[in-house]
Amino acid sequence: MLGYIGRRFLYMISTLFLVSVVGFLIINLPTGTYVDFYIQRLQNEGTHTSLEQIEAITKRFALDKPLYWQYGKWLFGFVRGDFGLSFEFNKEVKELIWERIVYTVIISLATLIFTWVVAIPIGIYSATHQYTLGDHIFTLVGLIGLSAPSFLLALVLMVIAQRSFGQSVGGLYSPAFVDAPWSWAKLADLLKHLVVPIVVVGASGTASLVRMMRGNLLDILNMQYVQAARARGLSESLVILKHAVRNAIHPLIMLLGMSLPSIISGATVVSIVLSLPTTGPMYFRALQQQDMYLAVTFLVFMAIMLVIGNFLADLLLAWVDPRIRYE
Amino acid sequence: MRAKSTSANPAIQAAAPEGAAATDVGRLSLWQLMKRRFLRNRLAMAGTVMLVILYLLALLADFFAPYHYLAKSQDYVLLPPQWPRFVDAEGKFHSRPFVYGIETVLDTYNLRYMHKADPTQIYPIGFFVRGAEYKLLGLIPADIHLFGVQEPGTCYILGTDRLGQDLLARTLHGGRVSLTIGLVGVALTIMLGSALGTASGYYGGVTDTLMQRGIEILASFPQIPLWAAFAAAVPPEWSSLKRYFALSVILSLVNWTGLARQVRSKVLAYREMDYTSAARAVGASDWRIILIHMLPNALSHIIVVATLSIPGMILAETSLSFLGLGIQPPMVSWGVLLQDATNVTVIVLNPWLLIPGLFVIVAVLAFNFVGDGLRDAADPFAI
Repeated sequence: MLGYIGRRFLYMISTLFLVSVVGFLIINLPTGTYVDFYIQRLQNEGTHTSLEQIEAITKRFALDKPLYWQYGKWLFGFVRGDFGLSFEFNKEVKELIWERIVYTVIISLATLIFTWVVAIPIGIYSATHQYTLGDHIFTLVGLIGLSAPSFLLALVLMVIAQRSFGQSVGGLYSPAFVDAPWSWAKLADLLKHLVVPIVVVGASGTASLVRMMRGNLLDILNMQYVQAARARGLSESLVILKHAVRNAIHPLIMLLGMSLPSIISGATVVSIVLSLPTTGPMYFRALQQQDMYLAVTFLVFMAIMLVIGNFLADLLLAWVDPRIRYE
Repeated sequence: MRAKSTSANPAIQAAAPEGAAATDVGRLSLWQLMKRRFLRNRLAMAGTVMLVILYLLALLADFFAPYHYLAKSQDYVLLPPQWPRFVDAEGKFHSRPFVYGIETVLDTYNLRYMHKADPTQIYPIGFFVRGAEYKLLGLIPADIHLFGVQEPGTCYILGTDRLGQDLLARTLHGGRVSLTIGLVGVALTIMLGSALGTASGYYGGVTDTLMQRGIEILASFPQIPLWAAFAAAVPPEWSSLKRYFALSVILSLVNWTGLARQVRSKVLAYREMDYTSAARAVGASDWRIILIHMLPNALSHIIVVATLSIPGMILAETSLSFLGLGIQPPMVSWGVLLQDATNVTVIVLNPWLLIPGLFVIVAVLAFNFVGDGLRDAADPFAI
């Protein structure tokens, strides 16, 4: 097992390295980077400090050196926690991102748990009650969950929440708690505000997970070992939970890592509609303003989350399925 | 299961109830079998019909909508949908549908204009009436619209937006962009995905390793943020049309990886087949083996994967445009239209602004139905 973990870990590191290359290339994508604009702006203002600032920026990002040198400089800074400047906020990127990344991780993890807790029982129900009314209803709801853009779901749920509970659903805290110190009441308030984002972000993931669980379980219920278990006179619930479901869940763990990208994607878009302080709103704003160092730091961090998530999913799979460890 | 275990020859048992349909199976080509299975799938057929209707609506948008999609009317800003009616306020039945006239009053408390239907003014809806001029299919000058009412009546059956533009016309026009950007994107995806997937599977070795690594890196980024990063790099001064194509290229740049993986695994399997060895033994070139023996075999698979990736592209375009990173006005797409509905207060007051979202859902559902139907039809092990 240790050897397997070691190999996977080295592989992960190499992936992260390549991810950083893509990230750096994206910084350089827009014609005339923001640094040029920034320098131009400083020059237009004509303050006498500007020349020194330009020199400082040129030196800091090695703008007078070839591209690979710039990359090296950027990467070297990145691993030490220096992500560059946000020109729009006129601040270091590292001062802007941490809180938002933590909220993104919280929402993503909560969504992941939500999708599994909701999808697996529904999948089991749908498979064991195939073609009944309940199955059809879940299938229909799932199809709509798969087809609606997440921001649209968020908008509709917000309107419903506003109309029926008169509750503000935007943001993470009610106005009364925004600046309050941490307390149980504040935590409860946070959880209440997390419900809508989690449901919205998890909708499509839940729908596809239900579909897969239903399909897998239906396949497995036809297997001979299930028949054998029944023939031995085991109760139906024991047959399903112990013999069938266990095997049906295996392939889903493999997909655990793959469901993370859509959750993070969904969370970024939904956060804008619900005005949550996650990476989403600031990331898209940074892109629109071509504040590339800020945008790319977010993008690379999202990728890092994914790569680590995949790594953990691999470990989990190796833990539940010995065949993979000994490959 | 039970039937199989008792019967000596399950194949005969299985074939018998199928009757005549099963007897000519051997004579039908793979494509004919696929067609037959697809036509029998009710959901897939429903999806196909929905798609045909949607594309027709988008193609003939100018004909189906009574107004031009950019025509603004200052008198009717944020007008609620005027539903066609058959029964008037006095309970009298009209054989020809009609709409009420609009009475606009200033709400002095909220300082906004309120539109109210005025039951005393009745405007019957005329069919195939003359209206704003347009070019049918961009070629033939015409001015006939499917329906419309006499001036000074108005006929905004889906309401208007904040500039007083007809939401029906805009939604149908938006469909032109939203429904085709996925197709253009998918065409590029097919080219990129099958070329790179085939190369990867056929040649193996270093090519394969590099390709797989590249795919993995692309897959390490969450899709929508990555799309957004590329879209943000499109120069803002580009024209609408250029931007549209740039977006479809971006959509396929991120999307080809799934298809490439599938094609690779297929090609890997075909490489071990006897017919490939036979072709190689008679001296066929790599190109010939790939083009004549492998790709046609993988084609049904490619079509299925491609169809199932269209909904994702439509959703992506909608999300990106909604965020202001995709299609830019004055070009309209469903995402651009939904930009008007970004906050709760606006939606509570003007819920009809969400109607373009319904079109997105219907289109995505329809593509999913068709894709699922194609997948089931392409499965050679289905009866």
